[in-house]
Amino acid sequence: MEAKLSLFSAYENIELAEKVLADLARSFMDEEGIYWAAMALREALANAIKHGNKLNPEKRVLVTIHLEEERELRITVEDEGEGFDPSQLADPRSPENLLKEHGRGVFYIRHFMDEVSFGRSATGGSKVELVKRLSRRST
Amino acid sequence: MKGSFRDVQGVRILDLSGKITIGAGDVELRRLVEEALAAGKNHVLVNLKDVTHIDSSGIGELVACFTSVKRRGGAMKLLNLPPKINDILQVTQLITVFDVFDDEAEAIASFAG
Repeated sequence: MEAKLSLFSAYENIELAEKVLADLARSFMDEEGIYWAAMALREALANAIKHGNKLNPEKRVLVTIHLEEERELRITVEDEGEGFDPSQLADPRSPENLLKEHGRGVFYIRHFMDEVSFGRSATGGSKVELVKRLSRRST
Repeated sequence: MKGSFRDVQGVRILDLSGKITIGAGDVELRRLVEEALAAGKNHVLVNLKDVTHIDSSGIGELVACFTSVKRRGGAMKLLNLPPKINDILQVTQLITVFDVFDDEAEAIASFAG
């Protein structure tokens, strides 16, 4: 089962993508599992809209949600920005970063999902792929 | 996110509900805290009982509000953390930064100490 969304760079669209994920996953995952996957999707989309496309309404974010029963949930989020280097991200738990306003999004994504990988989208922007492995009824 | 406030024994209590997320909830939280400081209320208690989601922007705003209240010589504390919001604060170890209470009267009394 798969859904593909092409979204304008507006925060309101995060709600839409979250709803599509929840509707799609309802038969395969429990409420808790959907909640945390949706939180990861929110963070990835917010990054794409804000840091990738810099809120430019003419730029799109492409979201693909792919579900294989009892196997995995795979989400990709692609933007039309300039890409970024995830190795440059600091640990938000370090004492010097603890009270910083920004810099926790990717850390949360990694915590909520089983696998996270970063690459380049077809337009040269960022592409992030999130995987949650599913058991019979996954959390 | 919906937010309202009450003043109890000199403490500005912010009752929040819904999503503290990018573009809406985080902005509303900032507005409520700025309003409290403008009114001279620098003892702020954030009641998260009915908050369902908080993303990294919401967390960032909580931290920014905490810092700006402290800079004004006050304190910002948290009340009634739902389990998922607690988990989110645990993951980034912010739970060590905030004073967290389950009892409102106890939280209010703590500002006097």
